[in-house]
Amino acid sequence: MSVTLHHRTESPRHVSVDMTTTLGSLVVPDPVFTASGCAAAGQELAAFNDLTAIGGVVTKSIQLHPRAGRATPRMAETPSGMLNSIGLQGPGIDVFVKRDLAWLDEHGVTAVVSIAGQTIEDFSKIAGKLRAKPVAMVEVNISCPNVEDRGQVFACNAGSAAAVIQAVRRSAPAGVPVFAKLSPDVTDIVAIAKACVDAGATGLTLINTTLGMAIDTTTMRPILAGVTGGLSGPAIRPLALRCVWQVHQALPDIPIVGVGGIRTGLDALEFILAGASAVQVGTVIFNDPGAPARISRELREAIAERGMDRLEQAIGLGHRPPEEIIPELPDPPGDDLVGEPVDIVEFTAVDSGDGQPAADEGYDDESAGEGSSEEVPFDIEALEDYPSRDQDA
Amino acid sequence: MAVQVKGEVLTLKPVGEYFSMTVVAPGIAEQTRPGQFVAVSVGGQGGGMLLRRAFSIYSVRETGVYGGTVEFIFSVTGRGTAWLAAQRPYDPIDIVGPLGRPFALPREPANCVLVGGGYGSAPLFLLADALRTRGCRIDAVLGASTGDRLFGALDAKRMAASVAFTTDDGSYGEKGRVSDVLPEVIERVHADVVYACGPMAMLEAVQRVAGASYGGAGIPTQLSVEESMACGVGVCMTCVLPVVGGDDHTRMVRSCVDGPVFAGERIRWDALGTVPDDAIGADNK
Ligand SMILES: Cc1cc2nc3c(=O)[nH]c(=O)nc-3n(C[C@H](O)[C@H](O)[C@H](O)COP(=O)(O)OP(=O)(O)OC[C@H]3O[C@@H](n4cnc5c(N)ncnc54)[C@H](O)[C@@H]3O)c2cc1C
Ligand SMILES: Cc1cc2nc3c(=O)[nH]c(=O)nc-3n(C[C@H](O)[C@H](O)[C@H](O)COP(=O)(O)O)c2cc1C
Ligand code: FES
Repeated sequence: MSVTLHHRTESPRHVSVDMTTTLGSLVVPDPVFTASGCAAAGQELAAFNDLTAIGGVVTKSIQLHPRAGRATPRMAETPSGMLNSIGLQGPGIDVFVKRDLAWLDEHGVTAVVSIAGQTIEDFSKIAGKLRAKPVAMVEVNISCPNVEDRGQVFACNAGSAAAVIQAVRRSAPAGVPVFAKLSPDVTDIVAIAKACVDAGATGLTLINTTLGMAIDTTTMRPILAGVTGGLSGPAIRPLALRCVWQVHQALPDIPIVGVGGIRTGLDALEFILAGASAVQVGTVIFNDPGAPARISRELREAIAERGMDRLEQAIGLGHRPPEEIIPELPDPPGDDLVGEPVDIVEFTAVDSGDGQPAADEGYDDESAGEGSSEEVPFDIEALEDYPSRDQDA
Repeated sequence: MAVQVKGEVLTLKPVGEYFSMTVVAPGIAEQTRPGQFVAVSVGGQGGGMLLRRAFSIYSVRETGVYGGTVEFIFSVTGRGTAWLAAQRPYDPIDIVGPLGRPFALPREPANCVLVGGGYGSAPLFLLADALRTRGCRIDAVLGASTGDRLFGALDAKRMAASVAFTTDDGSYGEKGRVSDVLPEVIERVHADVVYACGPMAMLEAVQRVAGASYGGAGIPTQLSVEESMACGVGVCMTCVLPVVGGDDHTRMVRSCVDGPVFAGERIRWDALGTVPDDAIGADNK
């Protein structure tokens, strides 16, 4: 049976769309999050976004001990994207919990804590330190080298990926969703996704950066001190979208957080239609520090324009055969045919092509819902200190 | 607090080898302090250049017919600055600022030497205004590779008790580097502090001279560094350099929020571009 989504007569701005989304046991009123490593621990972005109005902040991947990161240059701009080789610089979990997590909690911001480690034991210890802390979700960054396995990246091997997730699930605070963040640099992302889910992951964050490099043709040397770096930004959006699509197709009941090059509300909608329940905004924050709040607003409008009143109606919709859903698209400017009903009758008998009869889903069905200081003092003798917020261990 | 403003180009004019751009950007001017910078979006909305370009704030006007304006000086060095140079009055421009830690100012009137290299002299003029208000004496040293690349020579003569110019090719002022004439200036004016902005190599030389002045007693410096930045607002960790803190520990510090102005003696000049082994967290590879 087909579903018609009725076009709203009110302007989309005034339509209330329920943007609630569900990520395992976590229910948030908005599906837009910041991506790990692109928002620090939120504080700096508060000047440009109401962080309580978006889904939440995913903090920079935190390790057990303070880490200084890699040498500079750490970044290179590339077409519609950038390469980074930061090397997970950070203060270590103890300072993070005391300072950054406390700040997020105090300001009512939903905190998703991204964790990283070099051994399975590292991951397990870090996750354990989050018990009884104001953490809404744990995201496991498995795109790091496993020192116990010749530096092989955890995310590139189903066995190591699963072992990390299992260890984190055991020691992480009970009831808090654990998401595995996968690398696209694998032959079969679905196989890694399945291994993580079998090991206890609540859901999956797709994707981390993909490895790339750039050479300075003047010095004739690699631009990044680390030689290679992670490529991100709109340049990788099609790759990220493909990963979300494939994994949602294989694991339709597992919540996915889509990330990679999202710049506008329509970009975010693509990920939702591919099967993501939520999205993260990363590199585009560098271009537009107000992007998370803007994208959240634009996504809400885009959903309203498509005649839906709940975000959850749109999740995975792209996988349905075209004849099942004929939303009335936004009116093209100056089109006289405003409100013309679309004739859908001839499509109703067509099955969905996978041998199953077209699903009889009512899109209004409630059950679809599962799933710096005033004046710088200057003493000629005593100069100021530079205790960077990020490293004061 | 920094603001993001969808502003508009008011004027764009060539100044020697550089361009000066004035942008109508209400909210930035009112908050600007000397040494702060703006991060400008280049390439137009939806374009392929994602990263903002950082420019020191040269001048601001809080009010006027157009509302607050911000002026910066830039050199065309790549695609982003070439795009900026092709903008015209009324073109939209997205600008974030004011960003970064400003120059620290003396509490008491002091003798201040201001050193600028190339477009690095741009932020020194707002600084000079603030210093003058505090009754400070100002002397300046401006240097560049060529005379065309000296910025603000005329202004400098107006604001400072004395100005020394140097160019690498001798096309203007003395042939040589700012650090060649700086020792003499420091001693002659009984300088209490040196402020500088310019290329890293120049800043390092300025620090060496200031540190060795008065028979090795040295005087404090406030140096504005230029590190490659991706976000400009403190969230990405690309713009770091090794800096010694008050506890004598070296940390990789973000130059966009903890700088761009640093006390020169705190910068680990020996280790620029690297993570020194004694930095906090350097053992955790
Ligand atoms: C705090 C600060 C203040 C600055 N003030 C001025 C100023 O007043 N006038 C001026 O002309 N320039 C200034 N610069 C340098 C200016 O930001 C670069 O020249 C500019 O970003 C080059 O952009 P592009 O697209 O032309 O070059 P490209 O080489 O195409 O840029 C590619 C990428 O590298 C970065 N990049 C390249 N060169 C530099 C550089 N020297 N410093 C930092 N990032 C760089 C760009 O931001 C961009 O992300 C300042 C830099 C900083 C960090
Ligand atoms: C500068 C930078 C730092 C990053 N740091 C992390 C990190 O610490 N942990 C992590 O899981 N992902 C990190 N990422 C990856 C992003 O979270 C995101 O997965 C990726 O960049 C793709 O999304 P985007 O195109 O929206 O940036 C980083 C990305 C960038 C650009
Ligand atoms: S430029 Fe991003 S932290 Fe400084």
